Amino acid sequence: MISLKKRLPTLSLLAFLVIWQGLAVYLDSNTLPTPEAVAKVFWQACVSGQLPFHLGVTLLRLAISFAIAMLLGCAIGIVLGRSKKLDAFFDNWLVIFLNVPALVTIILCYVWFGLIESAAILAVVINKLPNVIVTIREGTRMLDQDLLDMARCYRFSKRKTLVHVIWPQLHPFVMGATRSGLALIWKIILVVELLGRSNGMGYQLHLFFQLFDVAGILAYTIAFVAVIQLIELLILKPLDKKALRWRR
Amino acid sequence: MTDIQIQIDNKTYPAAAKPSIVDLKLSLTSEEFICLVGPSGCGKTTLLNIIAGLDNDYEGDIVVGRQHTSPKIGYVFQNPRLLPWRTVRENIELAVDKHQAPEVIDALLEAMQLTAAQHSYPEHLSLGMSRRVAIIRAFAVDPEVLLMDEPFVSLDAPTARQVRELLLNLWQQRPHTILFVTHDLREAIALADRLIFLSAAPMQVVSEIIVPIPRSERGNELAIESFRQQLLKNHPEIKQLL
Repeated sequence: MISLKKRLPTLSLLAFLVIWQGLAVYLDSNTLPTPEAVAKVFWQACVSGQLPFHLGVTLLRLAISFAIAMLLGCAIGIVLGRSKKLDAFFDNWLVIFLNVPALVTIILCYVWFGLIESAAILAVVINKLPNVIVTIREGTRMLDQDLLDMARCYRFSKRKTLVHVIWPQLHPFVMGATRSGLALIWKIILVVELLGRSNGMGYQLHLFFQLFDVAGILAYTIAFVAVIQLIELLILKPLDKKALRWRR
Repeated sequence: MTDIQIQIDNKTYPAAAKPSIVDLKLSLTSEEFICLVGPSGCGKTTLLNIIAGLDNDYEGDIVVGRQHTSPKIGYVFQNPRLLPWRTVRENIELAVDKHQAPEVIDALLEAMQLTAAQHSYPEHLSLGMSRRVAIIRAFAVDPEVLLMDEPFVSLDAPTARQVRELLLNLWQQRPHTILFVTHDLREAIALADRLIFLSAAPMQVVSEIIVPIPRSERGNELAIESFRQQLLKNHPEIKQLL
């Protein structure tokens, strides 16, 4: 039974491919190419260097905007979580920014700052930042006051308190913000590229859409999903494991 | 080592109708073991938090030697308050100065029989062991006053006795001024040089009694019990505080 349970994910993936293949053959249309056709396009795009280039550009934008949003969001979230007055003042701002549609922010950034790289990054950061702030603020509100008191009476420096007392408690919230953040930024960054950049995955997808090239769209999507899975497997999971090694 | 004078003129919680502490004076002699005995909720933890500098919302003054300042504190809380993501040794090292010699921590671990567990995480320790780590941490910072807030509460009797003995041994090796809060009179007699009985609402000193039992006799439960009986007979005012 256990071995069957272990095989289930592979089996479900295979079933997905079989259904896809069956549907594609049955419909026999350009709008749904077979997995094989998509794999071919994927391979060609890789070999030609097109896919790695556009994926690389998008990943770079992702890394920069993600880093800015996380750093700023963590800092502001901790401050708001610790100060009731500041929190009361900025709470409404947060609600506003949380509810502004991503598309509006992107359009406004391009209108105000022009179709430039920094406007694209800024648009992504503005979209992601309120989420990080809210998550980290909640985490900071739940900090164990007993441990903070311990740190105070043993005269821990601010840095020591942050690194050894506060940060480990915020870890689950930071990881939560990271995961939801990556998923959100991926989606927003494509729209940003589609609307105002001449490279990146979003730009390419827009091109495929105009050419009605569904195989191209699916091939790029696969690269996309694979990269997210790799980030989860190679970066996030080991980080989790390292940070939670003290748990029984 | 320096003597410490504590004077609390008034401590009132914002929402409370009556003050918690009024005109309380405590004089701590260097290297003295003092037990504060009083009913639950009389404000003993509040008093310790004021001395530790965790609660600054009071009227009064703390004088260490001749300086008006907060003393250097070692605090053993009721709950050990160890950082779960740091090992036993790291928990101790974080509290001490960088230039503290590692041999001091080695010796303290040895004295508290925790050398083998020094690289374990707190989640893998029993409650008695966690309390011992908290005691080591408090001694390791070489405090001017060591505050202990019912550190043996919720330990079973044999474990409590064992940790108590370890504490006394450690204190005899490294004498520090200790302010130990308890509501267990037997425990207080077994540990203290001086007992201070406190009343509730507002907290005031009801009586102060020197424990005449020699240190070598503190393990003798008969001697402890006989002194307790004598104390209750001669000082009827403390009965209602227990």
